[in-house]
Amino acid sequence: MSLTLSHYLIFSTLLFMVSLGGIFANRRNLLVVLMSLELLLLSVNTNFIAFSKFLGHVDGQVFVFFILTVAAAEAAIGLAILVMLFRNKKSLEVDDINELEG
Amino acid sequence: MSPELLQQILFYLFGTIAIGSGMAVVSVRNTVYSALFLVLCFFNVAVLWLLIEAEFLAIILVLVYVGAVMVLFLFVIMMLDVKKVTKSQLKSGYTRAALLIAAAMLVELIMLFGYRLQNQLPADELIRQGLEYSNVTEIGRTLFTDYVYPFEVAGVILLVAIVAAIMLTIRKRPENKQIDASKQIHVNPADRIRVLSMDAEKGNGEDA
Repeated sequence: MSLTLSHYLIFSTLLFMVSLGGIFANRRNLLVVLMSLELLLLSVNTNFIAFSKFLGHVDGQVFVFFILTVAAAEAAIGLAILVMLFRNKKSLEVDDINELEG
Repeated sequence: MSPELLQQILFYLFGTIAIGSGMAVVSVRNTVYSALFLVLCFFNVAVLWLLIEAEFLAIILVLVYVGAVMVLFLFVIMMLDVKKVTKSQLKSGYTRAALLIAAAMLVELIMLFGYRLQNQLPADELIRQGLEYSNVTEIGRTLFTDYVYPFEVAGVILLVAIVAAIMLTIRKRPENKQIDASKQIHVNPADRIRVLSMDAEKGNGEDA
């Protein structure tokens, strides 16, 4: 018995749950929330690649390419916002950033 | 050992390390360690992608993610000097809620895969390609024919991200001799030169 699609689907489900739980449980550090987001995208990409390979369409892999591009842009802007936030608040805790100010 | 068995062993080995390091990312207390565990996770998932012959994306994952994005993360972590969290800051209420939500979604997804979609999932074996097959060629051909317009849009998105990141993090220093371009453009001649009308002076020594 060789590798099947279910192997990859179950793997990415587990990874997705781990990172989702990380986002919910994490109340200390925005950086770790961003990293959990990267993990979430990684598990989605694994699904895309598995379906693309087992269905024999290359389009899924092209989509993963685009997701990687957008995720890189998102990481850059997210980190820039984080740096600005740290300059203003001197803290990265999620609980400290729960207020709206003009 | 048959190649199928070897593939299975590799899949379980690297999959276990990937999920374990994923758990470490969200639970380790030091942020630098969590970034390094994320790097480990990326490497292991790249191996999993290699196992089903997605070579191009596996290499891209290592080059772009581990090489660029994670280095950016580490730079920011070291620049910000984040304090180590103490135990009291990890609130158990949130952890319980997170476990509950994750478990509920896991059950839902397993039910979806196990019962609802059981006969609709393609359960075929992976079609192994021959030696002359090139993953890069095929992706490149699709990318530059069917998806050439989204490809250009992706370039624009990256450009916007560069400009936005620079504009967000740029810091004005008071000792900087930088000139404000907008002020320069909107300058008025009237602000600079004042034309006075005066009577001409007489008797400059010629009459005398």
